[in-house]
Amino acid sequence: MQRKIQAPDYHPLPSGPLPSVPVTVGCRSLVSSNCNTQCNSDRELLMADATAPQSSRSRDLDKLLLRPGHLVGPTFEPGTELRDDLQEYARILVVGAGGLGCELLKDLALSGFRNLEVIDMDRIEVSNLNRQFLFRLEDVGKPKAEVAAKRVMERVTGVNIVPHFCRIEEKELEFYTEFSIIVLGLDSIEARSYINEVVCGFLEFDNNDKAVEESMKPMVDGGTEGFKGHARVILPGITPCFECTIWLFPPQVKFPLCTLAETPRTAPHCIEYAHLMKWGEVHPGKTFDPDDPEHMQWVYLEAVKRAEAFGIPGVTYTLTQGVVKNIIPAIASTNAIISAACALETLKIASGCSKTLSNYLTYNGVEGLHTKATEFVKDNDCPVCGPGIFMELDTCLTLKMLMEQLEDHPKVLMSRVSVKYQSKTLYMQSPPELEALTQSNLSVPLFNLMDKSPKGIVHVTGLAGKGDTRQSCSKKLRVVFKGVGVGITDTDMAGGA
Amino acid sequence: MAEPKTKYDRQLRIWGEQGQAALEKASICLLNCGPTGSETLKNLVLGGIGSITVVDGSKVENGDLGNNFMVSESSLGQPKAKCVCAFLQELNDAVKAKFIEEHPVTLIETNPSFFSQFTVVIATQLVEDSMVKLDRICRDANVMVIFARSYGLTGFVRISVKEHAVIESKPDHFLDDLRLNNPWPELKKFTESVNLDIPDPVVHKHTPYILILVKMASEWAKTHGGKLPSTREEKKEFKELIKGKIIKDEDEDNYKEAIEASFKVFAPQGISSNLKRILDDTCSEVDSCSSDFWVMVAALKEFIANEGGGEAPLEGSIPDMTSTTELYINLQKLYQAKAEADFLIVEQHVRDILKKIGRDPFSISKPVIKSFCKNSRKLTVCRYKPIDEEFNSPILPEMQKYLADEEYSLAVGFYILLRAVDRYSANYNTFPGQFDGGMDEDVSRLKTTAVSLLSDLGCNGSTLTEDLINEMCRYGAAELHAVAAYVGGVASQEVIKLITRQFVPMTGTFIFNGIDHKSQLLYL
Repeated sequence: MQRKIQAPDYHPLPSGPLPSVPVTVGCRSLVSSNCNTQCNSDRELLMADATAPQSSRSRDLDKLLLRPGHLVGPTFEPGTELRDDLQEYARILVVGAGGLGCELLKDLALSGFRNLEVIDMDRIEVSNLNRQFLFRLEDVGKPKAEVAAKRVMERVTGVNIVPHFCRIEEKELEFYTEFSIIVLGLDSIEARSYINEVVCGFLEFDNNDKAVEESMKPMVDGGTEGFKGHARVILPGITPCFECTIWLFPPQVKFPLCTLAETPRTAPHCIEYAHLMKWGEVHPGKTFDPDDPEHMQWVYLEAVKRAEAFGIPGVTYTLTQGVVKNIIPAIASTNAIISAACALETLKIASGCSKTLSNYLTYNGVEGLHTKATEFVKDNDCPVCGPGIFMELDTCLTLKMLMEQLEDHPKVLMSRVSVKYQSKTLYMQSPPELEALTQSNLSVPLFNLMDKSPKGIVHVTGLAGKGDTRQSCSKKLRVVFKGVGVGITDTDMAGGA
Repeated sequence: MAEPKTKYDRQLRIWGEQGQAALEKASICLLNCGPTGSETLKNLVLGGIGSITVVDGSKVENGDLGNNFMVSESSLGQPKAKCVCAFLQELNDAVKAKFIEEHPVTLIETNPSFFSQFTVVIATQLVEDSMVKLDRICRDANVMVIFARSYGLTGFVRISVKEHAVIESKPDHFLDDLRLNNPWPELKKFTESVNLDIPDPVVHKHTPYILILVKMASEWAKTHGGKLPSTREEKKEFKELIKGKIIKDEDEDNYKEAIEASFKVFAPQGISSNLKRILDDTCSEVDSCSSDFWVMVAALKEFIANEGGGEAPLEGSIPDMTSTTELYINLQKLYQAKAEADFLIVEQHVRDILKKIGRDPFSISKPVIKSFCKNSRKLTVCRYKPIDEEFNSPILPEMQKYLADEEYSLAVGFYILLRAVDRYSANYNTFPGQFDGGMDEDVSRLKTTAVSLLSDLGCNGSTLTEDLINEMCRYGAAELHAVAAYVGGVASQEVIKLITRQFVPMTGTFIFNGIDHKSQLLYL
């Protein structure tokens, strides 16, 4: 699904300030006068000299954006207006300024986008320099987002990049609504889940449980490990969101504590023993800091001692770091490939200039070269991007009454229910301390617990089924209160985030 | 300060110090430093490649600023090779970077011996005629070449080298070498000393699955005429027997692991068909001109036929498994000892063969032979056709198969059209759609060119869709940054594999499909 970038679509908050972008008009005039009148004489030139020195900066991109095609997105409207709209109105957020983020900023800046922002909480480390090409040795210790933004702006004139040196959770939800497309260059499942929940939380549904197109914010996500990587397009409400396919991520390997304590066999067992057990024993109350070289050295030496005691080979300082910090190997080439795929998809979503990846690309260069595009299917019952179960409620309905209703509601049928609204726990069945703490909410009307908002998303967890087949499950409820006006343009972004 | 080690930490975890040393020794020549070439080189410079030589004869224009990050406003009018080289040097001062302001085409025509000094030549954005010539030059000089091209939303990557042998192929999933189906005498003896029915529950649940399976397999064989389980029923029965050993109501991970690993008992003995193909290769008949790799293959062949009893040398490592520390370490030592013994025999064969073919018996080092033995089940040999052979006489049945296959339709279409645009440019001195206006004429000319190319290849009657021909003209030879970064990324990853001699490089021609990402490898 391609969407043409148009000003009204992408400024849901009218107060949102536009970054002041210096718009060079030179490109435009050059393009329009380029060849229409001169093509015959140009054709006489030899290939090497074919492009005049005063060729337009968007010489190559113009081929894709200004010319009609047959293998393009349904909304593609080629022309200079499209190119100018991309420059002027499309706002892209890059989440992460690491191996993928550096590449993404460069790729997007050279793909016709001019309004970019980047968010990253990390500072530059020496071990980043083998792939994060926007950083130099003298930048070590500086915020990644700031240096990355500065370097790209220095080289690509006309591009404006706003850096945000902070955690993604620190930003208000409104921050994320400002962007046309959000591109993720992350290395953690948690961070992906967070952004996914925020963006899917923006979804509005119509009376037929169909996602409202205007409320969809496309995401493009990349990830790499060694010679392997993936790139995917998430159109919330249409293609599977991160949560729908969470099973794609294998569970992390964890060693049983009894193995570490009693029957260590491998070097990682010795390292994790020193890290997880011995450290706490010897340094009560002192938190282990993986970034403190002295702490790491201590764990390494303890691991060596333990390995010697058991006759286990293979403990090295490098391995110790790898195990303790769960270091994922990373190289420039894979990051370049995956970022390029993500940037290309971003351009295609924004302009419609070609079809869109549908919807998950894997790349594996370990043995030969394997690449595959897989079309995963959305989970309609997904608690994050699904419509949830629509419930129209009276404002006087208490939480307890709601919970009773859920036991019999044909689409819910859940007992022992715990209830959450946004980040607020309204009621928890267990542990007893939490139950006691939230018990008083049971007699309060849900409307009040939801800060009297006319509608919102409530997440419930509990047991579904009966007898032996009972199992825990969670559901999303799309609650609307009767008799409270709900404007169509309402931008209250209720969500699980 | 151990800075390089820290700087390269994330990649040393992939290819180790040996791989890194190979990279640091390598010298690379880049032909044409548009975005495809620049991005390829960038990824190698970051990783600490030894030296680079950038060859490009053009000057930086406005259009380059829109697709190449290595040039900026201040580079306008300057030699592109110089600007790109300066930026790359900034990325890593350990790399020796130089440039030559010269058109690659001229260099290929006038100075073929220039290329023999390099480890790899990365040839980007070359037209067919130059590709063929360069390929011949580099094949004769034994220099590896990788061709890369970005063209609109498509492009290709193709390696060209006579032969590339990989010892450390490091596959993702590979069956470990435990010999549960064919234990050697020491392992058998060690197993006999273990009592599976030991009453002590702690010992019972810490008996490693290797011992459980070897013991139970040997018991099975005793009652089944020396044979191991082979039919579905027998396999099921064997697993039930293992299950029966679990102490009631006990959670015994080692027995669960044994059931999961029982297929290793059922696996056929002997070597894989892949390895057999390498042993049977005519190159394993060695003479004084043979490479070290083939000398070692010849030694391996003798080992397998004689001392190995049909098996390759033991790898010598075992995966982690539920066990007491002591039993695990003892097993580990047992495997290592057998691997060492196998290695010594292979080493002797290597020395004997070297002597026989008139070479210094010690001209292949111990660590190399050791690594060869450890990886002998994973050896891989990649061969690449000369470019002109593929271009002039591709494998016709393959071509026809691709043309008929829906999954390949865009990729093979792009393959044909990428070649057709070069013919087109040879005829008309411009690429189709390179300039605005006259698009209809370009489309029909490209169509004619593609049809005649197909018929030259022997695919008479095959056609490409109008839509795709149109699409190719729309691209007008544009080198889009994102496509160049992708294609260059692929090329650099393959160069790393070629230079480190680790991991298996791609074979065939990789066709990038930027429309729906159904990119394909074509074997023509």
